[in-house]
Amino acid sequence: MRVYFLCFILFVVGLYAILRKRNLIKIIIGTIICEYAVNLFLILIAYRKDGRAPIYSPGQEVKNMVDPLPQALVLTSIVIGLAVTALLVGLAIRIYEKYKTFDITKINQLKG
Amino acid sequence: MSQLIPLFIVLPLLGAFLNSLFVRKNTKVSDILSLLITFSLSVISFLSLFLVNKYGVLIYKVGGWRPPLGITLVLDGLSSLLLLTVCLVSFFISLYSINYMEKYTSKEKFYTLFLLMLAGMNGVVATGDLFNLFVFLELASVASYALVAFGTEKEELEASFKYAIMSSVASLFILLGIGIIYSFTSTLNMADIAKTLGGSLNKVVVFAGILFFMGFGLKASIVPFHAWLPDAHPSAPAPISASLSGLLIKSLGIYSLVRVIYNVLGLKELFSLPLMFLGTVSIMVGVVLAIGQWDFKRLLAYHSISQVGYIILGIGLGTPLGILGGLFHLFNHSLFKSLLFLNSGAVEYSTGSRQLLKIKDLGLRSKMPFTSLTTLIASLSISGIPPFNGFFSKLIVIFSCIKAGFFGYAFWAIVGSILTLASFMKVYRYSFSTEHTENREIKEVPFFMKLAMLSLSLLCILSSFLFLNKFSNFFLGPAQKTLLEAKNYSTINDFVENVR
Repeated sequence: MRVYFLCFILFVVGLYAILRKRNLIKIIIGTIICEYAVNLFLILIAYRKDGRAPIYSPGQEVKNMVDPLPQALVLTSIVIGLAVTALLVGLAIRIYEKYKTFDITKINQLKG
Repeated sequence: MSQLIPLFIVLPLLGAFLNSLFVRKNTKVSDILSLLITFSLSVISFLSLFLVNKYGVLIYKVGGWRPPLGITLVLDGLSSLLLLTVCLVSFFISLYSINYMEKYTSKEKFYTLFLLMLAGMNGVVATGDLFNLFVFLELASVASYALVAFGTEKEELEASFKYAIMSSVASLFILLGIGIIYSFTSTLNMADIAKTLGGSLNKVVVFAGILFFMGFGLKASIVPFHAWLPDAHPSAPAPISASLSGLLIKSLGIYSLVRVIYNVLGLKELFSLPLMFLGTVSIMVGVVLAIGQWDFKRLLAYHSISQVGYIILGIGLGTPLGILGGLFHLFNHSLFKSLLFLNSGAVEYSTGSRQLLKIKDLGLRSKMPFTSLTTLIASLSISGIPPFNGFFSKLIVIFSCIKAGFFGYAFWAIVGSILTLASFMKVYRYSFSTEHTENREIKEVPFFMKLAMLSLSLLCILSSFLFLNKFSNFFLGPAQKTLLEAKNYSTINDFVENVR
């Protein structure tokens, strides 16, 4: 249970960075931390104590394997996260070209 | 017949890749390609509606794996209604883009992203696997972040960044919810989850339900989570604003929310009151903020929040009439809101501005008769004036509230409708005024834009006939049944072998 709690704290750290930081890059890092917390959570679901890799070969009894499905999910979610992060960094670069700053308090064309 | 279902995902994906790989100079090819794909998709979606009425539920097993193990694509009443909405409106949007997107460079990239977004939306609606839903949701969302920033000017980039950050946090909430549900039930197949849970009100399920509510609620822009929408929707090019407001918030937001909460987790009773309350708050907040706007598209974006409120109110009510009204309003809203965004795009195309105060002296009513007429029809539809479709769906929602004894919610829904009428009177008065003090040469928009707007406004009038029992049983009946008998969703895996 403690390890899930720590994972939750990691998620909250990421949320804090997204909500409180004023630099675009730091906000992006916040989303990455959040994402990794969720990925870690998925891996923790699959974990069994003293479990072994879920590879089945003939003559072996199926016993005490870790759950392979969340590992496949995490792989997919890491790839999706990569796409989102790349897009966000690309947007941040274009914003820097237009506004000459990473400070979100100075990037305020949209109001109302 | 279940072989039809993967076409909804495969065809737009194929179109997107063909576009990005082969089209270089001649963008005529990508026009024709995306028109063909969206047209054939709308034909197939009509066909799917017939199939659903005949067989009930169709299931396609991806790769031949049987349901609890493999991924399934499910076509039931609710998904066929959403598929029809998405494919039909996206056909008109791609018809409109032929002329409108001429002013942007790299039109083929636009079509690639648009078709990817379409594939994502269709995938979300058609899938029967919870994690697969997340993957398609991210596909559609990433394409939409890029499309919001398509103009790459200051405002577009800022809006896109804001949208991308908020939406990706929402996606993480959804993924967290999926992880919790998986660890609780050890399955990802949506029908199998429903079967395993059996409608139990476990604390873990309720917590996951709240996570899903936050995640999908942000995608649907229900009020406490609405802050990204008024920036993101106006910043995109007009066809994309239309598909974001008309389709994306419905398929990614409302459909997924309702599907997961009602059918998969079986928390219909628990979430009924929160949905109704937030729906009513959305109606009022959206419309009050909309009245003060002077930017044509921003005003429309605020109205999206308000109209989503009606849908959520109707569906959250949970009575047969309420669900019917909510689904009817969902279909209608996707028609008239995309039409309104296309109209605002036409005004911007001809005059170069979308600020109501700047275009008020141009006398657009005589100079752009087509746009003026279609805007009038769409405005009357959204504000609920009798012969048009918006009137009937709002009437059903309000009437169902009164019938269920929720007089307060019905009152606020009526007030919201009146304020909507007021703000569209303002739009029409300013944007299409008769007197012109400024003599500028302004042309009516090109042929394909006119065609798209005219056919959408015809649909606005035609779809008001869905009010009649005969048509509503066919179009909305299966979807209504899916939500009304939400518990039956757990048995759909038994339908695997019923149709060849």
